[in-house]
Formats: sequence, C-alpha cells, structure tokens
Amino acid sequence: MAKQKHIVVGGGLAGLMATIRLAEAGHEVSLISFVPVKRSHSVCAQGGINGAVNTKGEGDSPDIHFDDTIYGGDFLANQPPVRGMCRAAPGIIYLLDRMGVTFNRTSEGLLDFRRFGGTLYNRTAFAGATTGQQILYALDEQVRRHEAAGLVKKFEFWECLGPILDDAGNCRGVVALDQTDMSVHGMAADAVLFATGGCGIIYGKSTLSTTCTGTAVSSAYQMGAAYANGEFIQVHPTAIPGTDKLRLMSESARGEGGRVWVPRRAGDNRAPKSIPEAERRYFLEEKYPKYGNLVPRDIATREIFDICVNQKMGINGERAVYLDLTHLPRTTLDRKLGGILEIYEKFVGVDPRDEPMKVFPAVHYSMGGIWVDFDQMCSLPGLFAAGECEYQYHGANRLGANSLLSCIYGGQVAAASMIRYAGGRKSGAGDLPPNLLTSEAGRWSGLQDRIGRMAGPENPYVIWKELGEMMTDNVTVVRDNARLKATDDRLLAMMDRWRRIGLPDSGRHTNQGLVFTRQLWNMLELARVIVVGALQRNESRGAHYKPEFPDRDDASFLKTTRAVWSQAGPRITYDAVDTSLIPPRKRVYTTTGNEDKKEAKNAADRKGAGAPAGPTR
Amino acid sequence: MPQTVRVRVRRQDRPGSDERWEEFAVPYVPSMNVIYCLMEIQRNPVTAAGVKTTPVVWEAHCLEEVCGACTMIVNGRVRQSCSALVDKLEQPITLAPMTKFPVVRDLQVNRGRMFSDLIKIKGWIPIQGTYDLGPGPRIASDQQEEVYKLSTCMTCGCCLEVCPNVNSRSSFIGPAAISQARLFNSHPTGAMNAGERLDALMEPGGISECGNAQNCLEACPKEIPLTTSIGTMGRDVTLHAIRKLLGT
Repeated sequence: MAKQKHIVVGGGLAGLMATIRLAEAGHEVSLISFVPVKRSHSVCAQGGINGAVNTKGEGDSPDIHFDDTIYGGDFLANQPPVRGMCRAAPGIIYLLDRMGVTFNRTSEGLLDFRRFGGTLYNRTAFAGATTGQQILYALDEQVRRHEAAGLVKKFEFWECLGPILDDAGNCRGVVALDQTDMSVHGMAADAVLFATGGCGIIYGKSTLSTTCTGTAVSSAYQMGAAYANGEFIQVHPTAIPGTDKLRLMSESARGEGGRVWVPRRAGDNRAPKSIPEAERRYFLEEKYPKYGNLVPRDIATREIFDICVNQKMGINGERAVYLDLTHLPRTTLDRKLGGILEIYEKFVGVDPRDEPMKVFPAVHYSMGGIWVDFDQMCSLPGLFAAGECEYQYHGANRLGANSLLSCIYGGQVAAASMIRYAGGRKSGAGDLPPNLLTSEAGRWSGLQDRIGRMAGPENPYVIWKELGEMMTDNVTVVRDNARLKATDDRLLAMMDRWRRIGLPDSGRHTNQGLVFTRQLWNMLELARVIVVGALQRNESRGAHYKPEFPDRDDASFLKTTRAVWSQAGPRITYDAVDTSLIPPRKRVYTTTGNEDKKEAKNAADRKGAGAPAGPTR
Repeated sequence: MPQTVRVRVRRQDRPGSDERWEEFAVPYVPSMNVIYCLMEIQRNPVTAAGVKTTPVVWEAHCLEEVCGACTMIVNGRVRQSCSALVDKLEQPITLAPMTKFPVVRDLQVNRGRMFSDLIKIKGWIPIQGTYDLGPGPRIASDQQEEVYKLSTCMTCGCCLEVCPNVNSRSSFIGPAAISQARLFNSHPTGAMNAGERLDALMEPGGISECGNAQNCLEACPKEIPLTTSIGTMGRDVTLHAIRKLLGT
C-alpha cells in the first residue's frame, strides 16, 4: 500500500489511538494539538474504563454491557456501533494492559474491576482514581515511539482553525495556527481526523479543561458539517464547587461504596459526623433500592437538584449534598481512590477520609457532537471524528466509564476508515487543486488580522463569563421552553456584542486573547445548536428533561437531532435511530427485585441469538 | 471598600525581551486560587496603579493538578498555580516563570526538552502491535502500587526547576526522565529492553551528573520517590556497565 499522509487534530485518547493505528500501518501522521498531548483533557478521567471481562463470576457479557449502554442512553444511540464497541471492550482493556497501564490488581495479579453507575456488574477496570491519566500516558508513550521512528510529527501549541474543502466539498486538509508566532499554515492530507474533545467550556465553569471549547467542530459545522444531538449535555451529579472550575468527584467514589445524603431536617447545621444515622436522608438509596447511589448520572443529578433547589433540603440550605466515604477503611480508600481524595484535600482543605465531602452537579460531558456515519466519517467526505467531539455512542445519557472506551474504540474505527478512504481515492494530499492551501491560509489569516484590529468596548472574557452563567442557569438539568427561547435571544445579542469586542492585546506573539476571541465566536455558534435543539425537542429523555413534557415520546422524538448551519441559525431536522438490535422499552431504575438484570439478560439473549458472544476469556 | 488580593506578576513580551513587574489588585472571593486571579486580570487587564495592560499569558489546562501545565513560581516556590489557594499565600503574591526553561511569554515557558528526554530513555513498553494478543503479564498488587506512583509523573518540571545540576552549563537529563526509565524497566515487558534505557542514562548528561542534592524529592507535587528512582537506576547502570565491560 502506498504511504498515506494523515492529519489528526487533538491528542487525547481518541486522537492518540488513531495516530498509533495509522502509524502502525506505515502511514505518516501530523498530530495537531493546543497543548502538549500528554496534558490533554483525557487526563482528567478518573474512575475507569468499562469492558465485560467477567472476572468476578457474575455472568457479565459484552451483550449485557451493550444493553446497559443502550438502556442507560434512553435508546437514542444507533445500536450497531454501540454493540461493536461493547464487543471490542475486553480486547481494548487487554491491549492497554499490554501497554503497561498501571491498572489495579486482584490478589491473583489479574485486573481488578469495580462497579459504576447504570449497571449491576463489576465491569470497570481502573488505575487508582486517575485512570484517564494512566491510559493517556500509555498511548502517549506508544505515539512517542512512532515519533522517534519518524512516522509521527507533532504540532503542539498549534490550533486547527478549520478544514480545507475542495470544490466538490471534500476535506483535503486543514488550516492551522502556530499559537507561538501566530503564523497561519495550510496543511494537506489524504484524510483528516477531528478528535478535539467536548465543548463544556461553553458553560463557563464545568469539569472540563480550559481548551474544551468545541471550537474546531464548531468551525467544521459553520463550513457545512452536520452536528447531532447537541442538546444532550451530561451534568455530573458530584463535583466540587470552585471559583475557576468545578472539579469532578468521580462516580468511582460511589462505586467503592460512597453514600449520598442530606440531613433529614432542613437547616440542620450540626457537623455531619455528629448527625445520627436515623437523622440522615439517603435519598438515592431510598428511592432506588437496587441501584442505590449508582443510578445513571442524569437521574442522580436530577434527584440532587430536586433536593437542593425544589425541596430546599441541601446542606444548610446551600446547593450541596454530602458524599460520604468515612465509613470505608482508609487503606482501601488510598489504594482505590487516592487521586480524587487528594484533589478534594488540596482544593477544599478537608480530608474526605474523615469528613463527608460537599458536592453539587456540574456540566461534564457532551453526548452530542459532530455527526458521523458508522465509519466515523462526518458529512464532509474525508473528515472523520472520534471521541467526545462526535455523537455516536452514548445516546441521551452516557454511562460512567464508557467515555474512555468510546474514545479508544472510535479512534480505532476511524483510523481503519481513514486508511480505506485514502486508499480508495484517486487524488489525495499530493495533488490538491492549485493554490487551495495558500488561498485558504490567506482567508484565515485575513480573519485573524480583522480580529486583531477589533477596538470596541467589550471584553471577550467578560462575555464568556456571562455566556457560561446563562447556559448553566437555563440549559442544564431542568429545561423550560420560554427560558430556552429567551436564552437564544440573548445568544443573538451576545453575537452582536462580540462584534464590538476590543482586543485587549495587539501583540503578534502568543496572543491568547486573539485566539480566545475567535474561539468565543465558535462557542456562541455551538451554544445556539444546543439551545435550539433543546427548544425543539418537546419530550424528556436521558439528560434532556422538560417538566412541560415529562415523558419520553418515541413516536415524535426517537430521532437523532441533526443541526446544519445557516445564516439564519441552526436548521434542525431529525433522522430515524437504528433500533434494530434491542427494541426500545421504558427506562425505569426504581424496581426492587432482579427485574432489570433479568430484562437485560433476556434482551441480550434475544438479540444475541446466532451472533458470536464476543470475546470472553 | 471591597477586600482585594495583591498579585505581582513578572512580565516578558517575548523571548529575549526586557522583563518587568506589574502589580494587580484583584477582588477577593472565598476559596479563590491563583488561576482565578489571572482570570480576573483577563476580564479587567488594568494594573493596581490604574494603567491599562495586556492580560497575563500563562499555560493552564486541567486546573486540578493532574496535567502539569500551569506550573510556575508562586511566592518563590515552584508549583502548580491551580492548587495554590490564595488564603494560604502571603501577599503580595508573586508569580514568575520557571527559570530552567526558555520563556515564551510572561509565565509561559517551553518545556519541550522534557518530552524529547522521554524519547532518549525510550520511555515506552515495546509492544508488538495493537492487535488483539490477549491479556498482559500478571502483576502483583504491591508491584502495581509501586509503579502507579512512578506513573503519575505529569512532566511538570518542578524537579528540574529545583535541581542545582540542571542549569545552562549542564546537559543533565534530570530526575523525571530517570524515574520514568525505572518505571519502564520495572514492567515485565519493558524489562526486556532495560539495557537500552540504561545505555541512555550512561550517556553525557545522564545519571552520573546527579549531585545528590535531593531537592527533587521535596518539590515533586505527586510525591514520587525520585531519589529512590535515581538510586535504583544508579545501581542498575553500574551493574550494566560492569556486565558490558565483562562482555556478559
């Protein structure tokens, strides 16, 4: 096979996995990343990675994992790719194990697994409570090996400004900015992968890292790429409030036995440890006796929100509940949760081994993202996407510890598709239409110059703060059509204000303000996709909850939202969801018996008939 | 009058240009950290003296002390600025870039050498390929706990910053990369090419340039036993050298 030239944008788990696969097949990869790839946001993933390896004698299987994922996602995900992912999961965990990921072990030296939300099985492999960091490092090391061999070239502190399209609308490369000297470059490729992560920074303070603005996918969206299910934003039930960011307190804290509670009496301001057991309200355990504290995230979040906001039962009337680990042995806590307890200790100054943590929900993950087909290709041919930036694997709500899996699996599928796509095309990186690279680089460079000269009264960081507060207040846990409409109007007003920004820095060397101002526009465009999508979806499903329309409405909305950019704002259409493998059923976690486990098993059996059971070792 | 926090920042517009100090007065909010101060300056880039200036440039990403990006010198001590809580700092808070790496702008430095050093020590497990070859080697739980600690190194550069032997006149690779060599040499598969990593540590700028100041141990925000790593690798390098000499 002829050597191909690929571009991968983003160096988190999805981008690195794809890079490894492309290089392993002998192809050249240019890897573009805002930050040194070893510092990518995947580093923040804490709890673990799911795979039904079934080492605990529970009878778990990839098909039950598949059912849990589809059911947990309220049936909004197309089912065939999700089944592919769940079946590949045990092999992916073994691969990471071979790469040297420091997974926790059992007394026999085997991989240990713990429980996570939305399942009744111990299916989550973990490395302390910094699993994302450990997996990211393992992939980073493998990429470094290919870098040493000359197949991978990294462009760190670079930013992809947008895809380059030819006259036929095929993606032929990208325009990228060297953020150090602010020079703009056209780069050609046989295929391009966006693995650019989530967009939670649109919400201002969230659990995301500072670069997770969604700017690259927003740019592709504005150039014609469809964006899917934008309104599905996961709000994680447990985060530590902060002034600069809301720090995640992993679901693994509950997976290891952590309990969520508030005092039974409103305004009870005694120290938490002096409140007797009978005067505590373990509201998740009471309402969901079987799943207890490990109901899916959207449900736990709504319950905590209801307790604090509607019932005014939060600790001292504040927006906070206790997440309590103090009944667990210190040695277990240190061995399995050390990383996250350290975060709480460092940022709050209280030892969570001695005193219950105070937590509240925070924006955490975007289930929606750039639309892709089952080969991870966007609606712009030649442009692929993998990881949190695309929409494919989590439906209306993501299960904990499925994100690392979807990143790695998506990266693998994308790399194979890119090689196939590039191999099947007559023209590639070597024969671009004349002047396409220079004219596109010139266009972006011109835009940058115009932003650089903006001299109005508005400050971009102030607009961003207001954007974040508005989105958090109106487009998270509970959604209301009148408020969504008002939010969209305010977004339009903010776009107007954007035009009156005065750039606080006119320098042409590492000008972060200029970069941020351009990204802010992209955030505003993407925010409209989220808001308009939410406004038009008149039902409640997974993370999208509207009290006016409290039920799931499969007849009207068992559909993928598809947003396409237009001058007048996002144009929304709906695609049918592929539910060919598991018939949709009502999603209920309040049962007390073994109904769910049996139902999952039955569903898995029905659909698994005649199909291979997947890798089980 | 609202309470304010005094922050002094060392500014430098580009590599090689003049340095200057600027002081800011940032409104106090409970539980604020240094990152929040810098964010406030972005929203209102005006010095305490009322002079308009540019927002401060600094590198930051995760803001929860797992990525290593926001490392700088806070009140004379190298650390991550995200976990530097204002309530625990003396004022005025002084912020300066690390000194062992070239300044890009203001508080941002270029730590690229640390990543190149990981190539030098062949910092990876040489797996045969990413296709399905079954599980990896079994590893005892105790062993996992030991290597996990080493593997939390976020390449932040604190250990290089405090090491007297890392300076403009030396090519010393520094504690981080040596400890990473130990990490990969401890893995059953990584051990198969342990010799290549030891060779790298025997080169000029290698482990022999450690002066045993032990500052690194204290400075590491992840409490990685760096001096133990250097000790272990030092012994392994010596044995490796003897074996090579004897041709065994």
